[in-house]
Amino acid sequence: MTRRILAAGLRLLTGVRRLHESPHGDGPAVFFANHSSHLDFAVAWAALPAELRERTSPAAAHDYWSKTKLRQWIATQLFQSVLIERLHITRENNPITPLIDCLDRGRSVLIFPEGTRRGDGEVGEFKAGLYHIARNRPEIPLVPVQLENLNRLMPKGTYAFVPLIAQAHFRAPIRLLEGETKADFLSRARAALLNDEHLTQ
Amino acid sequence: MDHDIFYLGGTVLAILVIASVIGAVMAQRVTTDKARATVANLNARTRSWWIMAAVFGTTLVLGSVFTTVLFACLSFLAMREFITLNKTERADHEVLFWAFFVIIPLHYLLVGIRWYGLFTIFIPVYAFAFIPFRRVLSGETKNFLASTAKIQWALLVCVYAVSHMPMILALPLKGYEGQNAKLLFFFVLTVQLSDVMQYVWGKTCGRRPVAPHVSPSKTWEGTIGGIGTTVLVSSCLWWATPFTPLQAGMMALLICAAGFFGGLVMSAIKRDLGAKDWGNTIAGHGGFMDRIDSLCFAAPLFFHLCGFYFGTGIDPRPPEWVLHWLGK
Repeated sequence: MTRRILAAGLRLLTGVRRLHESPHGDGPAVFFANHSSHLDFAVAWAALPAELRERTSPAAAHDYWSKTKLRQWIATQLFQSVLIERLHITRENNPITPLIDCLDRGRSVLIFPEGTRRGDGEVGEFKAGLYHIARNRPEIPLVPVQLENLNRLMPKGTYAFVPLIAQAHFRAPIRLLEGETKADFLSRARAALLNDEHLTQ
Repeated sequence: MDHDIFYLGGTVLAILVIASVIGAVMAQRVTTDKARATVANLNARTRSWWIMAAVFGTTLVLGSVFTTVLFACLSFLAMREFITLNKTERADHEVLFWAFFVIIPLHYLLVGIRWYGLFTIFIPVYAFAFIPFRRVLSGETKNFLASTAKIQWALLVCVYAVSHMPMILALPLKGYEGQNAKLLFFFVLTVQLSDVMQYVWGKTCGRRPVAPHVSPSKTWEGTIGGIGTTVLVSSCLWWATPFTPLQAGMMALLICAAGFFGGLVMSAIKRDLGAKDWGNTIAGHGGFMDRIDSLCFAAPLFFHLCGFYFGTGIDPRPPEWVLHWLGK
């Protein structure tokens, strides 16, 4: 209930529309979005249909979201996030493992394959994480989510919020193709997010 | 509050009932896909009109505080659409924060406390200066004038102009004390009726476009037929205003002309930005800005003409309690 009210409030504040049905059908999915604002994960999450939202965990940076008690509560209790390691990556500390675990429990995840927020509103190159998830769980659909205008609502480097209208475009799901290289897959995934038909063939 | 306002409300109710019945009949009769889409859009518009008329009518009856809050919300939502479409830059972010969260509330506070003197200069003098002052602090010189001008325009059109509507409630008019809600109703009804009538005439017998590059849907037939019908209807509503029938007709003509050009100007801006509508919040209409574009330019004109010809002089001084608080 709290989460539904929170999602409705976030949509009111950012002008994002809610999807009426799941963009990929049943079962878990990996949602991947471009990253430019602290609001990104909350907005993409709020745009999902309510039942799917309950079963979706946004990935959140461990180093930022477990710094204080409040942040930790917001990330883990309120948004049911998976905290992943960005700084001290080792074999035991692999950031992919908790995401795979999450998918195996039947939950969807929301990730930002650029790894960090961009300041200029462009979409950067994707890091390898998305590829590793796709290779480990090839049957799971990967749903591109293009977030628009969020760098104008709350850009990097400020907490001042400007109430403009943001949009979350959910694109058709993609999957890792047989024999596709990492570089090819990542650039295809990025093109699918940008809805650039020239690049997706 | 006298009964006239309920008669005005009844007029609108009658128009909406007729529009809904016609829409339902047309939906039964259409055969082609194109006509079906047009009728579906017409009916979506009518349904939205029911909601908008109900909201406006209710706040007007509830009193000036509610009306002021309603227009403050409208200004906020319109400016949100205006700035979203007008690509602003990173350096404008802090300026915009001030514009949305400080300038809009303060301006409507002035409307609320009826401090006319400051209301009329707050945005053209203080906000006008503050915006470039704050922008220059960002240290970014690229597109400085364009960015500043966009925000100043947004405030003038979406906030300053729109706020003249609730301010009509505070305009002292000869022999019309305490009845200003009806004048605001008359104004809004005239502008919106003119939009609707131009649409109806344009759809039924529109041939020659007025400004094909700016707004392809506006035709001479639609404009003349729409404005003519509106002037006729509005002059029949003279009894609710401080005007004679002839004066009511002249006022309606002026409001319609300003509304027509206001709509064209906002269309030109939209087209320059490559958009068809300002938003998609109101079914069939587009965004809030699409609905109030013709009100923006007409509102201050109507306000000042009423004040000039029929007014007894509006007091520019701050309210007593402000003077007291300032120790004067």
